[in-house]
Amino acid sequence: MENQKLVLVETLCVHYEIETSFFESLEEIGLIVLVRENEGIYISEEKVTDFEKVLRLHEELNVNLEGIDVIFNLVKKVEELQIELALVKQRLGYLNKEI
Amino acid sequence: MDFIDYYKTLGLAQTASPEEIKKAYRKLARKYHPDVNPDNKESERKFKEINEANEVLSNPENRTKYDKYGKDWKHGEDYERQQQNRRRSQGQGGARQGSSGQGFSDSDFSEYFESMFGGGGSGFRQSGRNVKYKGQDLTAELHLNLRDVYEDFPQVLDVNGNKIRVTIAAGIENGQTIKIPGKGSPGANGGPNGDLYIKIQLKNDTDFNRMGNNLHKNIELDLYTAMLGGELLTDTFDGKVKLKIAPETQNDTKVKLKGKGFPVYKKKGEFGDLILSYTITLPKNLTEKEKELFIELKTLR
Repeated sequence: MENQKLVLVETLCVHYEIETSFFESLEEIGLIVLVRENEGIYISEEKVTDFEKVLRLHEELNVNLEGIDVIFNLVKKVEELQIELALVKQRLGYLNKEI
Repeated sequence: MDFIDYYKTLGLAQTASPEEIKKAYRKLARKYHPDVNPDNKESERKFKEINEANEVLSNPENRTKYDKYGKDWKHGEDYERQQQNRRRSQGQGGARQGSSGQGFSDSDFSEYFESMFGGGGSGFRQSGRNVKYKGQDLTAELHLNLRDVYEDFPQVLDVNGNKIRVTIAAGIENGQTIKIPGKGSPGANGGPNGDLYIKIQLKNDTDFNRMGNNLHKNIELDLYTAMLGGELLTDTFDGKVKLKIAPETQNDTKVKLKGKGFPVYKKKGEFGDLILSYTITLPKNLTEKEKELFIELKTLR
């Protein structure tokens, strides 16, 4: 945790023209972890991608934060199933080759 | 390059009102948005198509132009000029823009669109808002043979003109994606660079079947060796091995050679197993003499 690079939330707020309160709502719902250090609020640099995804879903598709949480969970499941499917296909290919 | 029916793309009649266009676009965007369709090229393509349709139909000026000249775009007054512009602005190959991103690059529009409305810089991009702080993630595919990744495989990739050294660790799975942090597009306003994702596609160039860390191979055994036992020389992935065949070996018998499988990903020195299955081949075209001997065998049983 200590080695992770942090990005000041304020910087992102300026860049995306959003309020700090948006980040607090995200934290409350458990979509994002905020780090508070020396009176500044930060987000881990590798979580910026997740944050940007949240922002896109929110602004481009008008999904509310609870909906985004649901989407994240479902997308994760889809990804797991895709990996499983690829594995099953590989096995099936092997069986077919045997016949 | 063909005419594109943007009304059809959004499932609308040419008489559709601006509200109907907006509604249709939003509905399709919810369905095909890349953030809700992980690793799905088909929906990525669809999403680009509906965005393009929306760029044209939601903008009154563009829509008028499209309705008027759309089908005769080839005769458009400034077609030639724009063709030349387009050629000039055509970009590089290599890794494509990642699916996880927004922020369209020029190449996200069809040739038809660009010849009609010009390249990316034509000024009706939605807003400056979607310039990302973190740089765009890039995704690339790397095609290797199975044999390549039996050992660590150093590789120099050319991503949009940048040479990137990577080592693909032995034992990587087919379809596995590796992330190279910070090697995507540069960020904006001091933001971090995007990441590079490399999806490994393995082609099996061997007669082993790989399942996880184990390798499987079928071995044909003639009837007599199966019945009487004997020795057999066979290939493993990295050399030959002499197998002892037990007398009365049955069809489909499986033999496990421990540690002769594929290397375990990122666990140096660890290997899976090689699993051999025996398929017994029966003799054909028996001679009279052989037939007699088989009859004798039969009566003995």
